Amino acid sequence: MSVPTDLRYTRDHEWVRIDGDEATVGITQYAADQLGDIVFVELPDAGRTLETAKSFGVVESVKAVSDLFAPVGGEVVATNDALSSGPELVNSDPYGEGWMVRIRVEEAADLNDLLDAEAYDALVAAG
Amino acid sequence: MTDEEAATPVVQKTPLASRHDSLGARMIDFAGWLMPVQYSSILEEHRAVRERVGLFDLSHMGELSVEGVTAGDALAAAVVSNPPDLAVGRAHYSMICAPDGGILDDLIIYRLAPDRFMVVANAGNAVVVSDALAERLTGSRAVLDDQSLATGLVAVQGPRSVDVLGPHTDVDLASLRYYGVAEGRVAGIPVLVGRTGYTGEDGFEVFVAKERTAEVWDTLLAAVDSFDGLPVGLGARDTLRLEAGMPLYGNELDRTTTPYDAGLGRTVKLGKPGGFVGRAALEKVNAEGPKRRLVGLVVEGRGIARHGYSVYAGQRKTGVVTSGTQSPTLGVPIAMAYVAPADGEPDTRLDIEIRDARVPARVVPLPFYRRSS
Repeated sequence: MSVPTDLRYTRDHEWVRIDGDEATVGITQYAADQLGDIVFVELPDAGRTLETAKSFGVVESVKAVSDLFAPVGGEVVATNDALSSGPELVNSDPYGEGWMVRIRVEEAADLNDLLDAEAYDALVAAG
Repeated sequence: MTDEEAATPVVQKTPLASRHDSLGARMIDFAGWLMPVQYSSILEEHRAVRERVGLFDLSHMGELSVEGVTAGDALAAAVVSNPPDLAVGRAHYSMICAPDGGILDDLIIYRLAPDRFMVVANAGNAVVVSDALAERLTGSRAVLDDQSLATGLVAVQGPRSVDVLGPHTDVDLASLRYYGVAEGRVAGIPVLVGRTGYTGEDGFEVFVAKERTAEVWDTLLAAVDSFDGLPVGLGARDTLRLEAGMPLYGNELDRTTTPYDAGLGRTVKLGKPGGFVGRAALEKVNAEGPKRRLVGLVVEGRGIARHGYSVYAGQRKTGVVTSGTQSPTLGVPIAMAYVAPADGEPDTRLDIEIRDARVPARVVPLPFYRRSS
Protein backbone atom coordinates (compact mmCIF):
# COMPACT_ATOMS: atom_id res chain seq x y z
CA MET A 1 0.00 0.00 0.00
CA SER A 2 1.28 3.47 -0.68
CA VAL A 3 -0.05 6.58 0.96
CA PRO A 4 -0.40 10.18 -0.30
CA THR A 5 3.04 11.77 -0.38
CA ASP A 6 1.83 15.30 0.40
CA LEU A 7 0.70 14.31 3.91
CA ARG A 8 2.48 13.61 7.19
CA TYR A 9 1.65 10.70 9.49
CA THR A 10 1.68 9.50 13.09
CA ARG A 11 2.46 6.09 14.54
CA ASP A 12 -1.20 5.99 15.62
CA HIS A 13 -2.22 5.89 11.95
CA GLU A 14 -3.42 9.46 11.62
CA TRP A 15 -2.60 11.75 8.72
CA VAL A 16 -1.91 15.48 8.88
CA ARG A 17 -2.21 18.00 6.03
CA ILE A 18 -0.25 21.13 6.83
CA ASP A 19 -1.46 24.37 5.31
CA GLY A 20 0.23 27.49 6.77
CA ASP A 21 -0.40 27.40 10.51
CA GLU A 22 -3.33 25.01 10.20
CA ALA A 23 -3.28 21.21 10.24
CA THR A 24 -6.12 19.04 8.96
CA VAL A 25 -6.27 15.61 10.60
CA GLY A 26 -7.83 12.28 9.72
CA ILE A 27 -7.07 8.56 9.96
CA THR A 28 -5.25 6.62 7.27
CA GLN A 29 -6.76 4.11 4.86
CA TYR A 30 -4.87 1.40 6.72
CA ALA A 31 -6.48 2.44 10.03
CA ALA A 32 -9.94 2.62 8.45
CA ASP A 33 -9.52 -0.81 6.88
CA GLN A 34 -8.33 -2.31 10.15
CA LEU A 35 -11.31 -0.87 12.03
CA GLY A 36 -13.79 -2.09 9.43
CA ASP A 37 -17.18 -0.42 8.91
CA ILE A 38 -17.06 2.85 10.85
CA VAL A 39 -20.43 3.67 12.39
CA PHE A 40 -19.67 6.51 14.81
CA VAL A 41 -17.20 9.36 15.09
CA GLU A 42 -16.99 11.61 18.16
CA LEU A 43 -15.10 14.87 17.66
CA PRO A 44 -14.38 17.90 19.85
CA ASP A 45 -16.27 21.16 19.35
CA ALA A 46 -14.55 23.99 17.54
CA GLY A 47 -12.78 26.27 20.01
CA ARG A 48 -11.43 23.49 22.21
CA THR A 49 -7.68 23.33 22.66
CA LEU A 50 -6.02 19.98 22.05
CA GLU A 51 -2.85 18.76 23.70
CA THR A 52 -0.31 16.89 21.64
CA ALA A 53 -0.65 13.08 21.90
CA LYS A 54 -3.76 13.32 24.10
CA SER A 55 -7.02 11.67 23.11
CA PHE A 56 -9.38 14.13 21.42
CA GLY A 57 -12.09 11.88 20.04
CA VAL A 58 -13.25 8.41 19.21
CA VAL A 59 -13.85 6.32 16.11
CA GLU A 60 -16.11 3.30 16.47
CA SER A 61 -16.59 0.47 14.05
CA VAL A 62 -19.27 -2.17 14.44
CA LYS A 63 -16.91 -4.17 16.65
CA ALA A 64 -14.43 -1.82 18.22
CA VAL A 65 -13.81 1.53 19.87
CA SER A 66 -10.63 3.38 18.95
CA ASP A 67 -9.24 6.61 20.40
CA LEU A 68 -8.03 9.49 18.28
CA PHE A 69 -4.82 11.14 19.46
CA ALA A 70 -3.93 14.73 18.62
CA PRO A 71 -0.89 14.69 16.32
CA VAL A 72 -0.28 18.36 17.08
CA GLY A 73 -1.48 20.71 19.82
CA GLY A 74 -3.65 23.74 19.25
CA GLU A 75 -7.15 25.10 18.97
CA VAL A 76 -9.76 23.25 16.95
CA VAL A 77 -10.91 25.67 14.24
CA ALA A 78 -13.26 23.27 12.42
CA THR A 79 -14.66 19.76 12.71
CA ASN A 80 -16.15 17.67 9.93
CA ASP A 81 -19.88 17.74 10.74
CA ALA A 82 -20.60 15.44 7.80
CA LEU A 83 -19.21 12.53 9.81
CA SER A 84 -22.04 12.85 12.30
CA SER A 85 -24.57 11.54 9.78
CA GLY A 86 -22.06 9.88 7.45
CA PRO A 87 -19.31 8.15 9.45
CA GLU A 88 -18.82 5.75 6.53
CA LEU A 89 -17.00 8.60 4.71
CA VAL A 90 -13.98 7.66 6.81
CA ASN A 91 -13.93 4.25 5.09
CA SER A 92 -14.75 5.46 1.60
CA ASP A 93 -12.56 8.59 1.44
CA PRO A 94 -10.23 8.72 4.46
CA TYR A 95 -7.89 11.38 3.00
CA GLY A 96 -10.68 13.55 1.59
CA GLU A 97 -14.28 13.75 2.76
CA GLY A 98 -13.41 11.62 5.77
CA TRP A 99 -11.24 14.35 7.36
CA MET A 100 -11.92 14.94 11.04
CA VAL A 101 -10.61 18.18 12.55
CA ARG A 102 -8.65 21.27 11.56
CA ILE A 103 -6.29 22.54 14.23
CA ARG A 104 -4.46 25.89 14.50
CA VAL A 105 -0.98 24.62 15.31
CA GLU A 106 0.45 26.10 18.50
CA GLU A 107 3.90 24.50 18.55
CA ALA A 108 5.43 24.21 15.09
CA ALA A 109 8.03 21.90 16.67
CA ASP A 110 5.30 19.22 16.99
CA LEU A 111 5.37 18.88 13.23
CA ASN A 112 8.96 17.63 13.32
CA ASP A 113 7.82 14.45 15.08
CA LEU A 114 5.53 13.44 12.22
CA LEU A 115 6.49 10.75 9.71
CA ASP A 116 6.74 11.31 5.98
CA ALA A 117 4.91 8.99 3.58
CA GLU A 118 7.91 6.74 3.08
CA ALA A 119 8.44 6.25 6.81
CA TYR A 120 4.74 5.61 7.37
CA ASP A 121 4.62 3.07 4.55
CA ALA A 122 7.52 1.28 6.18
CA LEU A 123 5.71 1.32 9.54
CA VAL A 124 2.61 -0.28 8.03
CA ALA A 125 4.66 -2.80 6.06
CA ALA A 126 6.42 -3.83 9.27
CA GLY A 127 2.99 -4.50 10.80
CA MET B 1 7.89 -29.02 27.26
CA THR B 2 10.07 -25.91 27.29
CA ASP B 3 8.90 -22.62 28.74
CA GLU B 4 8.59 -21.20 25.27
CA GLU B 5 6.26 -23.96 24.15
CA ALA B 6 4.20 -23.63 27.30
CA ALA B 7 3.68 -19.93 26.63
CA THR B 8 2.41 -20.49 23.10
CA PRO B 9 -1.36 -20.99 23.14
CA VAL B 10 -2.61 -23.80 20.94
CA VAL B 11 -5.00 -22.32 18.43
CA GLN B 12 -7.10 -24.89 16.63
CA LYS B 13 -8.06 -24.62 13.01
CA THR B 14 -11.42 -25.65 11.59
CA PRO B 15 -11.61 -27.92 8.51
CA LEU B 16 -12.33 -24.74 6.51
CA ALA B 17 -9.19 -22.76 7.40
CA SER B 18 -7.82 -22.90 3.85
CA ARG B 19 -11.20 -21.75 2.47
CA HIS B 20 -11.18 -18.70 4.74
CA ASP B 21 -7.63 -17.99 3.70
CA SER B 22 -8.44 -18.02 -0.01
CA LEU B 23 -11.55 -15.89 0.59
CA GLY B 24 -9.31 -13.26 2.22
CA ALA B 25 -11.03 -13.44 5.60
CA ARG B 26 -9.65 -11.55 8.56
CA MET B 27 -8.96 -14.22 11.16
CA ILE B 28 -9.00 -13.92 14.95
CA ASP B 29 -8.39 -16.22 17.89
CA PHE B 30 -11.84 -16.93 19.32
CA ALA B 31 -12.21 -19.34 22.24
CA GLY B 32 -9.00 -21.08 21.22
CA TRP B 33 -9.96 -21.37 17.55
CA LEU B 34 -8.71 -19.46 14.54
CA MET B 35 -11.98 -18.10 13.16
CA PRO B 36 -13.05 -15.64 10.44
CA VAL B 37 -14.30 -12.37 11.95
CA GLN B 38 -15.18 -10.86 8.59
CA TYR B 39 -14.70 -11.61 4.90
CA SER B 40 -15.73 -8.35 3.26
CA SER B 41 -17.58 -6.04 5.64
CA ILE B 42 -19.58 -6.78 8.78
CA LEU B 43 -22.38 -4.49 7.58
CA GLU B 44 -22.58 -6.13 4.14
CA GLU B 45 -22.48 -9.61 5.63
CA HIS B 46 -25.17 -8.66 8.14
CA ARG B 47 -27.43 -7.28 5.39
CA ALA B 48 -26.86 -10.35 3.22
CA VAL B 49 -28.27 -12.55 6.01
CA ARG B 50 -31.24 -10.25 6.71
CA GLU B 51 -32.16 -9.77 3.05
CA ARG B 52 -30.86 -12.87 1.24
CA VAL B 53 -28.62 -15.54 2.72
CA GLY B 54 -25.26 -16.10 4.41
CA LEU B 55 -22.95 -19.06 5.05
CA PHE B 56 -21.15 -19.54 8.38
CA ASP B 57 -18.33 -21.80 9.56
CA LEU B 58 -19.29 -22.84 13.09
CA SER B 59 -16.99 -25.83 13.31
CA HIS B 60 -15.60 -24.50 16.59
CA MET B 61 -18.83 -25.39 18.41
CA GLY B 62 -18.82 -28.46 20.67
CA GLU B 63 -20.85 -31.55 19.76
CA LEU B 64 -21.40 -34.09 22.53
CA SER B 65 -23.20 -37.35 21.88
CA VAL B 66 -25.13 -38.92 24.76
CA GLU B 67 -26.36 -42.41 24.05
CA GLY B 68 -27.97 -45.33 25.88
CA VAL B 69 -31.37 -46.49 27.07
CA THR B 70 -31.19 -44.11 30.04
CA ALA B 71 -29.68 -41.21 28.06
CA GLY B 72 -32.77 -38.97 28.34
CA ASP B 73 -33.15 -39.36 32.09
CA ALA B 74 -29.42 -39.01 32.65
CA LEU B 75 -29.38 -35.75 30.68
CA ALA B 76 -32.44 -34.52 32.57
CA ALA B 77 -30.46 -34.82 35.81
CA ALA B 78 -27.58 -32.84 34.29
CA VAL B 79 -29.28 -29.87 32.58
CA VAL B 80 -32.18 -27.49 33.41
CA SER B 81 -34.54 -28.64 30.64
CA ASN B 82 -36.21 -32.03 30.29
CA PRO B 83 -34.75 -33.80 27.24
CA PRO B 84 -37.12 -36.84 27.56
CA ASP B 85 -39.91 -34.40 26.55
CA LEU B 86 -38.32 -34.07 23.10
CA ALA B 87 -39.80 -36.15 20.29
CA VAL B 88 -37.25 -37.82 18.05
CA GLY B 89 -36.25 -35.28 15.41
CA ARG B 90 -36.79 -32.29 17.69
CA ALA B 91 -34.44 -29.97 19.59
CA HIS B 92 -34.72 -27.45 22.40
CA TYR B 93 -32.71 -24.66 23.98
CA SER B 94 -31.29 -25.53 27.38
CA MET B 95 -28.64 -24.66 29.94
CA ILE B 96 -26.27 -26.51 32.17
CA CYS B 97 -25.83 -24.96 35.61
CA ALA B 98 -23.52 -25.31 38.58
CA PRO B 99 -25.00 -26.42 41.93
CA ASP B 100 -25.38 -22.72 42.88
CA GLY B 101 -27.56 -22.10 39.80
CA GLY B 102 -24.86 -20.22 37.87
CA ILE B 103 -24.82 -20.94 34.13
CA LEU B 104 -21.94 -23.11 32.89
CA ASP B 105 -23.17 -22.86 29.31
CA ASP B 106 -26.24 -22.52 27.15
CA LEU B 107 -26.95 -25.49 24.90
CA ILE B 108 -29.09 -26.85 22.14
CA ILE B 109 -30.11 -30.46 22.73
CA TYR B 110 -31.22 -32.51 19.71
CA ARG B 111 -32.99 -35.87 20.03
CA LEU B 112 -31.72 -38.00 17.15
CA ALA B 113 -33.20 -41.36 18.25
CA PRO B 114 -35.13 -42.63 21.29
CA ASP B 115 -31.84 -43.35 23.07
CA ARG B 116 -29.50 -40.89 21.31
CA PHE B 117 -29.08 -37.15 21.92
CA MET B 118 -26.64 -34.54 20.67
CA VAL B 119 -25.72 -31.64 22.96
CA VAL B 120 -24.25 -28.58 21.21
CA ALA B 121 -22.12 -26.35 23.43
CA ASN B 122 -20.25 -23.10 22.87
CA ALA B 123 -16.64 -23.52 21.74
CA GLY B 124 -15.26 -21.76 24.80
CA ASN B 125 -17.21 -24.03 27.14
CA ALA B 126 -17.05 -27.34 25.27
CA VAL B 127 -14.51 -28.83 27.66
CA VAL B 128 -16.34 -27.54 30.74
CA VAL B 129 -19.62 -29.02 29.48
CA SER B 130 -17.98 -32.28 28.45
CA ASP B 131 -16.34 -32.63 31.89
CA ALA B 132 -19.56 -31.73 33.73
CA LEU B 133 -21.61 -34.20 31.70
CA ALA B 134 -19.01 -36.93 32.18
CA GLU B 135 -19.24 -36.43 35.93
CA ARG B 136 -23.02 -36.14 36.03
CA LEU B 137 -23.62 -39.15 33.78
CA THR B 138 -21.38 -41.39 35.87
CA GLY B 139 -23.33 -44.42 37.04
CA SER B 140 -26.21 -43.80 34.62
CA ARG B 141 -25.29 -46.24 31.83
CA ALA B 142 -25.57 -43.35 29.33
CA VAL B 143 -22.38 -43.03 27.29
CA LEU B 144 -20.88 -39.64 26.59
CA ASP B 145 -18.83 -39.22 23.43
CA ASP B 146 -17.22 -35.84 22.77
CA GLN B 147 -17.36 -35.50 18.97
CA SER B 148 -16.31 -31.83 18.93
CA LEU B 149 -13.00 -32.27 17.16
CA ALA B 150 -14.38 -34.82 14.69
CA THR B 151 -17.34 -32.67 13.64
CA GLY B 152 -17.62 -29.69 11.31
CA LEU B 153 -20.61 -27.33 11.33
CA VAL B 154 -21.78 -25.10 8.50
CA ALA B 155 -24.81 -22.84 8.88
CA VAL B 156 -27.02 -21.41 6.12
CA GLN B 157 -29.03 -18.47 7.45
CA GLY B 158 -31.38 -15.99 5.81
CA PRO B 159 -34.69 -15.82 3.94
CA ARG B 160 -33.25 -17.73 0.95
CA SER B 161 -31.94 -20.63 3.07
CA VAL B 162 -34.47 -23.15 1.72
CA ASP B 163 -33.60 -22.14 -1.85
CA VAL B 164 -29.90 -22.60 -1.13
CA LEU B 165 -30.03 -25.91 0.72
CA GLY B 166 -33.06 -27.56 -0.94
CA PRO B 167 -31.47 -28.54 -4.28
CA HIS B 168 -28.46 -30.11 -2.53
CA THR B 169 -30.15 -32.29 0.10
CA ASP B 170 -32.48 -35.27 0.33
CA VAL B 171 -33.87 -33.91 3.62
CA ASP B 172 -37.47 -32.76 3.17
CA LEU B 173 -37.02 -29.15 4.25
CA ALA B 174 -40.73 -28.35 3.91
CA SER B 175 -41.54 -30.78 6.71
CA LEU B 176 -38.55 -29.81 8.86
CA ARG B 177 -39.96 -27.26 11.29
CA TYR B 178 -38.09 -24.71 13.42
CA TYR B 179 -36.00 -26.64 15.97
CA GLY B 180 -36.46 -29.85 13.96
CA VAL B 181 -33.52 -32.09 13.07
CA ALA B 182 -33.11 -34.82 10.44
CA GLU B 183 -30.38 -37.15 9.24
CA GLY B 184 -29.75 -37.10 5.51
CA ARG B 185 -27.26 -36.00 2.90
CA VAL B 186 -25.95 -32.72 1.55
CA ALA B 187 -24.02 -32.97 -1.71
CA GLY B 188 -24.17 -36.73 -1.22
CA ILE B 189 -22.37 -36.52 2.13
CA PRO B 190 -23.98 -37.88 5.33
CA VAL B 191 -25.05 -34.97 7.57
CA LEU B 192 -27.40 -33.89 10.31
CA VAL B 193 -29.57 -30.91 9.38
CA GLY B 194 -31.12 -28.83 12.16
CA ARG B 195 -33.49 -25.95 11.48
CA THR B 196 -31.76 -23.87 14.11
CA GLY B 197 -29.63 -20.75 14.15
CA TYR B 198 -28.40 -17.66 15.93
CA THR B 199 -29.40 -14.85 13.60
CA GLY B 200 -33.15 -14.30 13.96
CA GLU B 201 -33.67 -15.56 10.41
CA ASP B 202 -34.86 -18.86 8.99
CA GLY B 203 -31.96 -21.21 8.40
CA PHE B 204 -30.22 -24.50 8.87
CA GLU B 205 -27.21 -25.87 10.69
CA VAL B 206 -25.46 -28.74 8.92
CA PHE B 207 -23.31 -31.06 11.06
CA VAL B 208 -20.81 -33.10 9.06
CA ALA B 209 -17.68 -35.15 9.65
CA LYS B 210 -14.64 -32.87 9.65
CA GLU B 211 -13.04 -34.72 6.70
CA ARG B 212 -16.00 -33.82 4.49
CA THR B 213 -16.83 -30.37 5.82
CA ALA B 214 -15.00 -28.59 3.01
CA GLU B 215 -17.06 -30.40 0.34
CA VAL B 216 -20.30 -29.31 2.02
CA TRP B 217 -18.97 -25.75 2.36
CA ASP B 218 -17.92 -25.58 -1.31
CA THR B 219 -21.32 -26.78 -2.54
CA LEU B 220 -23.25 -24.44 -0.27
CA LEU B 221 -20.99 -21.44 -0.91
CA ALA B 222 -21.62 -21.75 -4.64
CA ALA B 223 -25.37 -21.96 -3.94
CA VAL B 224 -25.24 -18.98 -1.55
CA ASP B 225 -23.33 -17.01 -4.17
CA SER B 226 -25.98 -17.75 -6.79
CA PHE B 227 -28.53 -16.02 -4.54
CA ASP B 228 -26.26 -13.02 -4.07
CA GLY B 229 -25.39 -14.17 -0.55
CA LEU B 230 -22.05 -14.00 1.27
CA PRO B 231 -19.84 -15.98 3.61
CA VAL B 232 -20.35 -14.42 7.05
CA GLY B 233 -17.87 -14.11 9.90
CA LEU B 234 -18.19 -13.87 13.66
CA GLY B 235 -18.51 -10.06 13.51
CA ALA B 236 -21.86 -10.13 11.76
CA ARG B 237 -22.88 -13.24 13.72
CA ASP B 238 -22.62 -11.06 16.83
CA THR B 239 -24.64 -8.12 15.43
CA LEU B 240 -27.28 -10.51 14.03
CA ARG B 241 -27.76 -12.33 17.35
CA LEU B 242 -27.83 -9.06 19.27
CA GLU B 243 -30.61 -7.64 17.08
CA ALA B 244 -32.46 -10.94 17.59
CA GLY B 245 -32.11 -10.51 21.38
CA MET B 246 -30.21 -13.76 21.76
CA PRO B 247 -27.75 -14.05 24.67
CA LEU B 248 -24.03 -14.70 24.19
CA TYR B 249 -22.11 -16.67 26.80
CA GLY B 250 -19.46 -14.41 28.31
CA ASN B 251 -21.64 -11.34 27.78
CA GLU B 252 -25.22 -11.95 28.92
CA LEU B 253 -24.55 -15.35 30.49
CA ASP B 254 -21.82 -16.50 32.85
CA ARG B 255 -21.11 -18.39 36.07
CA THR B 256 -22.63 -15.56 38.16
CA THR B 257 -25.86 -15.43 36.15
CA THR B 258 -28.91 -17.67 36.54
CA PRO B 259 -31.36 -18.48 33.74
CA TYR B 260 -33.96 -16.35 35.55
CA ASP B 261 -31.70 -13.28 35.54
CA ALA B 262 -31.39 -13.66 31.77
CA GLY B 263 -35.15 -13.91 31.28
CA LEU B 264 -34.75 -17.56 30.28
CA GLY B 265 -36.59 -19.13 33.20
CA ARG B 266 -38.84 -20.92 30.71
CA THR B 267 -35.95 -23.27 29.92
CA VAL B 268 -35.83 -24.44 33.58
CA LYS B 269 -38.22 -27.33 34.25
CA LEU B 270 -38.42 -27.27 38.04
CA GLY B 271 -41.32 -29.73 37.94
CA LYS B 272 -39.57 -32.45 35.95
CA PRO B 273 -39.29 -35.89 37.60
CA GLY B 274 -36.08 -36.40 39.54
CA GLY B 275 -33.59 -33.82 40.68
CA PHE B 276 -31.05 -31.95 38.59
CA VAL B 277 -27.87 -30.07 39.35
CA GLY B 278 -28.71 -26.55 40.48
CA ARG B 279 -32.34 -27.27 41.27
CA ALA B 280 -32.45 -26.09 44.90
CA ALA B 281 -30.67 -22.83 44.07
CA LEU B 282 -32.86 -22.18 41.05
CA GLU B 283 -36.07 -22.90 43.01
CA LYS B 284 -35.00 -20.21 45.44
CA VAL B 285 -34.28 -17.65 42.69
CA ASN B 286 -37.62 -18.46 41.07
CA ALA B 287 -39.48 -18.06 44.36
CA GLU B 288 -37.75 -14.85 45.40
CA GLY B 289 -37.48 -13.34 41.95
CA PRO B 290 -34.16 -12.52 40.28
CA LYS B 291 -32.18 -9.55 41.63
CA ARG B 292 -31.60 -8.13 38.17
CA ARG B 293 -33.19 -8.25 34.80
CA LEU B 294 -31.85 -8.44 31.26
CA VAL B 295 -33.32 -5.65 29.13
CA GLY B 296 -33.01 -4.16 25.69
CA LEU B 297 -31.89 -0.53 25.42
CA VAL B 298 -32.01 1.89 22.53
CA VAL B 299 -29.52 4.72 22.92
CA GLU B 300 -31.28 8.00 22.21
CA GLY B 301 -28.31 10.33 22.53
CA ARG B 302 -25.02 10.25 20.64
CA GLY B 303 -22.75 7.31 21.27
CA ILE B 304 -22.62 3.53 21.19
CA ALA B 305 -23.05 1.54 24.40
CA ARG B 306 -20.51 -1.24 24.82
CA HIS B 307 -19.93 -4.24 27.08
CA GLY B 308 -19.10 -3.09 30.60
CA TYR B 309 -20.51 0.46 30.45
CA SER B 310 -22.52 1.51 33.52
CA VAL B 311 -26.27 2.14 33.41
CA TYR B 312 -27.90 4.75 35.64
CA ALA B 313 -31.46 5.47 36.76
CA GLY B 314 -31.14 9.14 37.60
CA GLN B 315 -28.02 9.37 39.81
CA ARG B 316 -28.27 5.76 40.98
CA LYS B 317 -26.24 3.09 39.23
CA THR B 318 -28.71 0.38 38.26
CA GLY B 319 -26.65 -1.97 36.14
CA VAL B 320 -24.23 -2.66 33.35
CA VAL B 321 -24.27 -3.11 29.58
CA THR B 322 -23.56 -6.68 28.47
CA SER B 323 -23.50 -6.16 24.67
CA GLY B 324 -23.91 -3.14 22.44
CA THR B 325 -23.44 -2.04 18.87
CA GLN B 326 -24.83 0.16 16.17
CA SER B 327 -27.76 -1.89 14.83
CA PRO B 328 -27.18 -2.38 11.10
CA THR B 329 -30.87 -3.11 10.49
CA LEU B 330 -32.43 -0.42 12.71
CA GLY B 331 -29.74 2.22 12.21
CA VAL B 332 -29.62 3.14 15.91
CA PRO B 333 -27.33 2.08 18.75
CA ILE B 334 -28.78 -0.90 20.66
CA ALA B 335 -27.63 -2.70 23.77
CA MET B 336 -28.54 -5.38 26.24
CA ALA B 337 -27.98 -4.68 29.92
CA TYR B 338 -28.66 -6.05 33.37
CA VAL B 339 -30.59 -3.54 35.50
CA ALA B 340 -32.51 -3.60 38.78
CA PRO B 341 -35.88 -5.29 38.16
CA ALA B 342 -37.80 -2.08 38.94
CA ASP B 343 -35.87 -0.20 36.23
CA GLY B 344 -36.53 -2.79 33.54
CA GLU B 345 -40.04 -1.95 32.35
CA PRO B 346 -40.32 -0.97 28.66
CA ASP B 347 -40.14 2.79 28.07
CA THR B 348 -38.18 3.41 31.29
CA ARG B 349 -35.68 6.23 30.74
CA LEU B 350 -32.14 5.35 31.80
CA ASP B 351 -28.69 6.80 31.14
CA ILE B 352 -25.60 4.98 29.93
CA GLU B 353 -22.17 6.26 30.89
CA ILE B 354 -20.28 6.47 27.61
CA ARG B 355 -16.76 7.69 28.34
CA ASP B 356 -17.32 10.94 30.32
CA ALA B 357 -20.94 11.55 29.37
CA ARG B 358 -24.32 10.25 30.54
CA VAL B 359 -26.24 9.44 27.37
CA PRO B 360 -30.02 8.89 27.48
CA ALA B 361 -31.43 5.48 26.58
CA ARG B 362 -34.84 3.86 26.64
CA VAL B 363 -35.81 0.34 27.70
CA VAL B 364 -37.42 -1.59 24.83
CA PRO B 365 -38.84 -5.11 24.63
CA LEU B 366 -36.55 -7.82 23.25
CA PRO B 367 -35.91 -8.79 20.53
CA PHE B 368 -34.95 -5.58 18.75
CA TYR B 369 -35.64 -7.27 15.42
CA ARG B 370 -38.16 -9.93 14.48
CA ARG B 371 -38.39 -11.30 10.94
CA SER B 372 -41.64 -10.55 9.17
CA SER B 373 -42.42 -13.98 7.73
